[in-house]
Amino acid sequence: MRWLRASWLYLVVHIGALLPLALLFRDFTRNQLSADPIKEIQLRTGSYALILLMLTLGCTPVYIISGLKQVLQLRQLLGLYATMYASLHFLNFVGLDYGFDFALIRDDIFEKRYAVVGFAALLILLALALTSVNWWRKRLGRNWKRLHRLIYAAAFLAILHFLWQVKVDIRRPVIYAVILVILLAFRIPAIKEFVYGHFKWLKRQQVNGSQTDEI
Amino acid sequence: MTKVRSHEITPEHIYISRRKFMVGVGALMASTLIPMGCKRKEDGILLPGTDFCEAAQVSRDTDELGVKLTSCQAIINYNNFYEFSEDKEEVASLSRNFKTSPWTIKVGGLVNKPLTLDMDTLLRKYPQEERIYRLRCVEAWSMVVPWVGFSLSKLLKDVEPTSQAKYVRFETLYAPEQMPGQKDKFFDWPYVEGLRLDEAMHNLTILGTGLYGKPLPPQDGAPIRLVVPWKYGFKNIKSIVKIDLVAEMPVSFWMAYAPQEYGFYANVNPDVTHPRWSQSSERRIGEIARIKTLPFNGYADEVASLYSGMDLGKFY
Repeated sequence: MRWLRASWLYLVVHIGALLPLALLFRDFTRNQLSADPIKEIQLRTGSYALILLMLTLGCTPVYIISGLKQVLQLRQLLGLYATMYASLHFLNFVGLDYGFDFALIRDDIFEKRYAVVGFAALLILLALALTSVNWWRKRLGRNWKRLHRLIYAAAFLAILHFLWQVKVDIRRPVIYAVILVILLAFRIPAIKEFVYGHFKWLKRQQVNGSQTDEI
Repeated sequence: MTKVRSHEITPEHIYISRRKFMVGVGALMASTLIPMGCKRKEDGILLPGTDFCEAAQVSRDTDELGVKLTSCQAIINYNNFYEFSEDKEEVASLSRNFKTSPWTIKVGGLVNKPLTLDMDTLLRKYPQEERIYRLRCVEAWSMVVPWVGFSLSKLLKDVEPTSQAKYVRFETLYAPEQMPGQKDKFFDWPYVEGLRLDEAMHNLTILGTGLYGKPLPPQDGAPIRLVVPWKYGFKNIKSIVKIDLVAEMPVSFWMAYAPQEYGFYANVNPDVTHPRWSQSSERRIGEIARIKTLPFNGYADEVASLYSGMDLGKFY
């Protein structure tokens, strides 16, 4: 029970992040992924990766508002799940869609701007996922933080990737872009201080008064 | 642009108390992630039009190259028909009550004998035949469809185009009360398509009135649509009410929307790239592996001569 009380938030993240994958498998086995299942898998894994990326970036604003340190600890897990879905997205594309036919992929794709920015976003996420463990964190020292600021670039590229891939209705990528801008705005010192002060009453009851400068 | 209000991003519960807020995080996560998986088509197996496919009839189950026909279910449940929805899987249910009778089609413009035909007369006047064609969508998926229809040239000969007539312009019904997609001001409705007169007169070009041996279901362009098998799918304008012979090249729906992406000719051409989709390969609906896209969708022997001397990279 003590374990559950300490880590139920992690549990929620694990369940929330793995459930879509389970549903994807279920729909796949039931043949419910439209007439073009590979495309459906592509769309869904891409969506999940983006949502998880936004949630990862949402931890800091939630912390600024609430002062709850536990939320900051979820960033790694959310980021890893975002990377997992981005990797599945890529593997579906290379493996199922193109059957690992790299000549075909090269001819078809490397001229396409959406593919180039999407691939760049994936490379960043993979680099961040690999270095997210404590061993690397210690080894990289101050540079670790610098490196992990690249998540902003990854989020930007991922949304651009989505936007360039849309045929007509750009509402969804635009919504993601707006969310990203808002989430990033929380990092601007003036805004951060303002929000932090504004919600001070939320933090009164907390034992370990958290420091904004840690974020 | 959709405005995102702050309460949509930061759930209200977090203002209330810490305990409640922690529950809120869980709820937010659940609400953002879970519905993604299960919102779609729970009835994927009990698709609309099951009856339609039970009564399907075809004379053979492959095209002339030996490629298997696409399943009837896929053809009637995976439709690009923006008049109803941009979601291919939503078209079948949204178009279920589309009124296709009575239906008249006006043929006019630069002709000696303009015609107004209702569907019954048209079907009696022009004997219907089966035509099994490959359909290659610009989005890089394809199908093999057993159409029922007749050569457009028969109809065009009857109206006697004048010597000024150089192009044929087609128009879809405009009826936003029936076609919800037409309320979207993003596009210039109604849908318009065009062919050069010699393309329109080509024997492969048909007006389709049915598929799998039955009258077209609404989602596939009932009651009458164009089928030009060597061009990208979007040329095959659906639910036609008007055909005009004209002197100038018509501006089609997709040309008006994005001229740099969609040209007038829109011949299937693996050498002309598109910013989003591969045009050198495609996936047949129902199959996994990609296949090479053929020039003119495999109909080069019949139609390449229409374009001799033309730079097809320029006239895409």
